[in-house]
Amino acid sequence: MKIANPVRSSFEPTLVDDGRVIVNIGPSHPATHGTVQIITELDGEKVTRADVHCGYLHRGFEKECESHTWHNLMPYVDRLNYCSGLINDFAYCQAVEELLAIEITPRCRVLRTLLSEYSRIADHITCVAAGLMELGAMTAFLYLMTLRDYIYEHLADVTGARVTYSYGRIGGLARDLPEGWLKRLDEVLDEYETYIGRIHGLMDRNRIFIDRMRRVGTLTQAQAIDYGCTGPMLRSTGLARDVRKDTPYLAYADLDFEVPVGILGDNYDRYVVRMREMDESVHMIRQLVDMLQPGPINVDDPRCVLPEKQLVYSEIESLITHFKLIIDGPRVPAGDVYSSQEGANGELGFYIVSTGQGQPYRVHCRAPSFVHMGVTHLMLQGGQLADVVPTFGSINMIGGECDR
Amino acid sequence: MDANLPERLRLRLTPEAPALTVSGGMPVVMLQPAQWLDAVRTLKTEFGFDMMLDVTAVDWPGDALRFEVVLHLYSTRDLVRVRLKTRVPEAEPVIDSLVSLYGAAAFMERECHDMFGIVFRGNDDLRPILLYEGFVGHPLRKDYPKHREQPLVPYRDV
Repeated sequence: MKIANPVRSSFEPTLVDDGRVIVNIGPSHPATHGTVQIITELDGEKVTRADVHCGYLHRGFEKECESHTWHNLMPYVDRLNYCSGLINDFAYCQAVEELLAIEITPRCRVLRTLLSEYSRIADHITCVAAGLMELGAMTAFLYLMTLRDYIYEHLADVTGARVTYSYGRIGGLARDLPEGWLKRLDEVLDEYETYIGRIHGLMDRNRIFIDRMRRVGTLTQAQAIDYGCTGPMLRSTGLARDVRKDTPYLAYADLDFEVPVGILGDNYDRYVVRMREMDESVHMIRQLVDMLQPGPINVDDPRCVLPEKQLVYSEIESLITHFKLIIDGPRVPAGDVYSSQEGANGELGFYIVSTGQGQPYRVHCRAPSFVHMGVTHLMLQGGQLADVVPTFGSINMIGGECDR
Repeated sequence: MDANLPERLRLRLTPEAPALTVSGGMPVVMLQPAQWLDAVRTLKTEFGFDMMLDVTAVDWPGDALRFEVVLHLYSTRDLVRVRLKTRVPEAEPVIDSLVSLYGAAAFMERECHDMFGIVFRGNDDLRPILLYEGFVGHPLRKDYPKHREQPLVPYRDV
């Protein structure tokens, strides 16, 4: 049985024998984390042209969103960037809340910020760990995975799941922190210092590591801006643009933190930027713990927030509210909004259109991974075949949000 | 955001007032399709909107101009975003490509072409990106049924 090729390369093998060969990498190559296909033209070991194909994880996220209530999207949104699902949750909720003109409660604001930064650490750990493993640094990988697992297990204590949390709610959060969560947070942050200290010791001045990463996969600042790069990709080129700093949302305006930048925009800089960002996140989390005051986590707004379960059982109005919110969905005023947060990989934006119904009319996700795939060929061309995998790893393409 | 920005944009881009609104603190400019490329060039060169954030579309079936193309730009200098919109008809969903201004346009316009069938004039590479070669139709159009399947590898009989 002949099966059609799902992609068409942008270049064909030349008929003259000029020594160049076309090598296909992926879509399910054991060394690329993420289902992506890179068609390369090689001159010896050197990549002369590259054509990046994504979409293997496309599952119709945006189409699916149009036939569910605003609340029911939460599990789908989670699965965009599955390394830091909570940031997706909060970014989506923020967009809907802007349409509803809701101001979230102070405790919710601090908690969302705290959990976003916690997720960012987990996401950066995943990226750095996978990148190091691809270079053969198995010890560093296992150290980082141990640390990430502490964070995942700890997040499971509050959200109920390790990766796919469905924890955000329009107007608040699913539940408050359990007893003793902050004490454990302190322990995990201490573990963080220990483990990340080991990674710095193993990698930062490691000759093999530097030789593989320095001046590899370089992106200039002009290219990064031209191709819409955000997040660590842009910052590694030396431009300190960060949504948290530039257009502060949640509690970021009240926090003291720096925006680390790189110099050359190469793989090493992206490693350093991510490592430094994690330190900043820890610094922020410590401030946020001090800022956390008791209080409600959900706004008092029957348009979107479910009533207390006990009242649903005992009171007709609450029962009706619950029923209407579940079956019809919250009525979000007609209009459109673009709302963005600093995801782990860059600017994560939601463009949402409402016609006043219980379901969105259109949900579009501005996924940093997808935008970054548009510039990947520039980073690969001119490099070595062996550098394709580390360079691709340093971009941290997450199939879930790239392909949607 | 510079408080005068919407007014400056209006004076430069749309002499008629209703075409510019401010939504959630973001200036929103409604353009004619013919203005698209020139207006974006003006924004890039004169207003410092050096980064293309996103381009997508919204389908309004039944409207004479069925597809609304929505573009978001960002200025890394002034830290502001702007939204540009235009409408194109179903019979001729064509608009100028922005690849000459932003490298980012290449991939994003491919996605928009995949999903809505908008043709970006000047973008030579509108190959499928999230879909696959040979996919029929444009799934984010409202008249594309959600449950339609087009398996590339035929299902096996069980």
